Amino acid sequence: MSRTRQLLKRTIPVLAGTVTAALLLAGCGGASVNQAAAAGSSDTPCGTVNVALNAWVGYTANAAVYSYVAQNKLGCTVVQKDLSEQISWQGFGSGEVDVILENWGHADLTKQYITDQKVAVDAGPTGNEGHIGWYVPPWMVQKYPDILDSKNLNKYASLFATSESGGKGQVLDGDPAFVTNDEALVKNLGLDYKVVFSGSEAALIQSFRTAEKNKTPLLGYFYEPQWFLSEVPLKKVSLPAYTPGCDADAEKVACDYPDYKLNKVMAKKFADSGSPAAKLLKAFSWTNADQDSVATDIQGGMKPDAAAKKWVDAHPDVVAAWLK
Amino acid sequence: MMSTLVRDRAPVQTSANALRPPRKRLSRRAVLLGAAGVLWLLGFLFLHGTSTLTLPASELTDLHRSLNQFNAWVASNRADNPVFQYVFTPFRSAVDSVANLFTSTFAASSTGLRLPEIGWLGTVGLLSWIAFAVGNARVGLLTAAAFTFFGLQGLFTEAAYTFALVLTAVLFSLLIGIPLGVLAGISGRVSQVITPVLDFMQILPTFVYLAPLALIFLIGPASAVIATVIYAVPPLIRLTAHGIRNIPENTREASDSLGTTGFQRLLTLQLPLARRTIVMGINQSTMAALSMVTIAALIAAPGLGQVVVRALQSLDVGTAVNAGLSIVLLAIVLDRVTTAASRRAEPGAARKRRISRRSRYILLAVSLVVVLVMVQLSRTMLWAAAFPKNLNFGPDIVSGVGAASAWLQTNLSLFTVSFREALTNGILNPFQSLLADTPFYLLVAVVLVAAYALGGWKLALVTASCLAAIIYLGLWSDAMVTLASTLVATAVVMVLGIIFGVAMGRSNKVDQIMRPMLDAGQTMPAFVYLVPFLGLFGATRFTAIVAGIIYAAPVAIKITADGIAAISPTVMEAAVSSGSTPWQVITKVQLPMARKSLALAANQGLIYVLAMVVVGALVGAGGLGYDVVAGFVQSSLFGKGLAAGLAIVFLGILLDRITQAAAADPVRKIRSAKSSAH
Repeated sequence: MSRTRQLLKRTIPVLAGTVTAALLLAGCGGASVNQAAAAGSSDTPCGTVNVALNAWVGYTANAAVYSYVAQNKLGCTVVQKDLSEQISWQGFGSGEVDVILENWGHADLTKQYITDQKVAVDAGPTGNEGHIGWYVPPWMVQKYPDILDSKNLNKYASLFATSESGGKGQVLDGDPAFVTNDEALVKNLGLDYKVVFSGSEAALIQSFRTAEKNKTPLLGYFYEPQWFLSEVPLKKVSLPAYTPGCDADAEKVACDYPDYKLNKVMAKKFADSGSPAAKLLKAFSWTNADQDSVATDIQGGMKPDAAAKKWVDAHPDVVAAWLK
Repeated sequence: MMSTLVRDRAPVQTSANALRPPRKRLSRRAVLLGAAGVLWLLGFLFLHGTSTLTLPASELTDLHRSLNQFNAWVASNRADNPVFQYVFTPFRSAVDSVANLFTSTFAASSTGLRLPEIGWLGTVGLLSWIAFAVGNARVGLLTAAAFTFFGLQGLFTEAAYTFALVLTAVLFSLLIGIPLGVLAGISGRVSQVITPVLDFMQILPTFVYLAPLALIFLIGPASAVIATVIYAVPPLIRLTAHGIRNIPENTREASDSLGTTGFQRLLTLQLPLARRTIVMGINQSTMAALSMVTIAALIAAPGLGQVVVRALQSLDVGTAVNAGLSIVLLAIVLDRVTTAASRRAEPGAARKRRISRRSRYILLAVSLVVVLVMVQLSRTMLWAAAFPKNLNFGPDIVSGVGAASAWLQTNLSLFTVSFREALTNGILNPFQSLLADTPFYLLVAVVLVAAYALGGWKLALVTASCLAAIIYLGLWSDAMVTLASTLVATAVVMVLGIIFGVAMGRSNKVDQIMRPMLDAGQTMPAFVYLVPFLGLFGATRFTAIVAGIIYAAPVAIKITADGIAAISPTVMEAAVSSGSTPWQVITKVQLPMARKSLALAANQGLIYVLAMVVVGALVGAGGLGYDVVAGFVQSSLFGKGLAAGLAIVFLGILLDRITQAAAADPVRKIRSAKSSAH
């Protein structure tokens, strides 16, 4: 019995202390500097915007500029969350995500979340046009002019072999989360290749940069808009032409990627809230060159926020049109 | 992480033929194993490349498709299915509100300026005070220093988020774990039911249940907490049950003779006596929770994990190290505070204290008042609410480490790349081909013969069912790729375990130097050290193997060291006095006598490496790990990912049972290393 009493004696003061602290908190109510300052600083009610942050610099550029404008011109609180593409969509239902700033197609998710579940709505195009494909460093095109036709790829397979590709040629992909049909393409086009994942955009860029510098062979997944293409103008390999519906069955794809009209998506709740940030999202639109310039700055070591500020200050009329 | 260590299994029954003369039995076993090896090599030479059951990465089996359909079904029925309406969704909101309470108190409120409700100063004060109250003044100061350091790193909010989620997960773990542990401790039947479930939970790679959980509970802190509880609760249940079961028989009898009822006995005898073990369970559970909360960043858990994920994606070593430093510090704080609490919970600890209970209470009360003042300050002054931005050397750490790693990468790349290529082409690729290119029926036969040789019919049966399950899941070839990397990593782990374990077991000084480093290695969540290795070696299987080795080596080294140190000094003296050289002592006396420990080290090493397989897939491991990751991020591969997760579990059970059987029989030679290569 004495042990339990001792136990109680020790835990009671701890509990009492915590309860006192909690009571104190409750007593102070909403009068804290945290809440008071917030109420004073903004005249338009905007609240919090949860922005999903997918892992490529182009997306980061969109998110940086949108967040900068929402924060500084509308007085919103922006919370950025690092999430992979498809996972972000799940956040529309739970309220974890309000905004996806650069969506690449995803017809299945569009159907699931926009048409069926009605937890998300399309917020219009970003103005950017996206292309996905297989690229080689420019030196290879000079040396092997016919390499840009996918029919000739098997001829060069041994050139691309690495210790990871099991004796076949290597197709270097990015993050497994990115939109990709490459595994199916290799199989359905009868290519003597193996898809190897580098894990991220940064790793892809590093690989292409080294490949061009050291004149080593590399075939990899890449995409536009992309700031890196102005540093090393990679050449796109032509795959069998895209026809609508040729990529309907993910296991049987044997054609090139479509041209993507990149768009923005937002949570239904957020769209209905009347928040000025939702209005801003719908109006947000810019060019590939705009995105590349912000992305180049970020890649050059600038903080995304600072790069966004630089672009916003240089384009006052574009921003003004968004805010109208 | 180390929580997997704490598993009290019944020792494997020595098989009947152990009674026969050792020489004869050994030869029979050796003959069977040898025959299996020859069969394998011959099969590989003549039949390689046939019947490998390879499934291209983009292809699915019917099983995977039907699992995909489950995914689609949940998505379309979430809104109006009663199970979701009345069970999952309310449960989710309950967990969410608790998590929200802690995150808004310590990290960031959901409204206003998004500052912690009790400010950074209040948070530092309150947490330090709690550490002081449950532990001692030293851990209180440690807590204050660490949380202030987070602020100086520019990561206060992130660290506080991580802490708040760990706190939530540990709270739920206590709610579930202690009652279950008590039940398992009192009743043998409950224990029998629970133990295999716990085994399963601990072998299941952390990643595997992220996807189904996110499917059911959606992404966000609630799912993160639930995933963390699944990962963190087994050690608590095990240790609680262990503590209750291990109360000395005579103590219990004494209490029974006084006529106590079962419930009284629990309250007055069993729980108080098991208190220290239970608090140790809380410690283990807390450390496990920290490592899982970091990984849960992938399903939108806020905190330090997000910073690491971002660094992983941008190959930013500086940022990763800065965040990693915070995680390690947080791990140290949580470990020290819970350890101090368990010391305080020791029976008789009260008598040993230097200050009297009364003066301690006065001290606690006075410091509480100080804390309340700090909280009040934080609610009225901005400098105490938000950590001052100008006191921030995070960017300096980031750029300093970034520059150092860039220098290393440019200057070492020739060395690291050729080292990687040599090992990959020289060892890993041939071995992987030996496993993945041999016809599956042949390999199944080889493994079954080996299992029979090592553990008789019973083990062969278990092995057969595991292999059948892997084949049924449609992932045989991927499983062999994973097995190859796992075995290579485990072999290296064992070499390290023997070298450092012997050194530590033979010398106290080496032990004193090594042990804190091993502890640090074990408390560091796996996620953190991936980034520097990614920088050095690129995203390859090699990098994943290195990550597995780092994760598993500390356990193997510690177990080996303990085994060597436990050999009785008289035996050692006899060996030394008979004129043996140190090398002879090691090879002829110490290693053979520590055989059981070595086998245990191999067993644990394998399980640990296997636990890293999926995380390794983030840095280039192929096979099952990749399937799990891809299934997590691509909804069309959901079913395949789930199947791959299960395949990892079966592979784990298989390896665990075989290594245990290899360890169970006394044999002259060290069998563990050999059996892992077979």
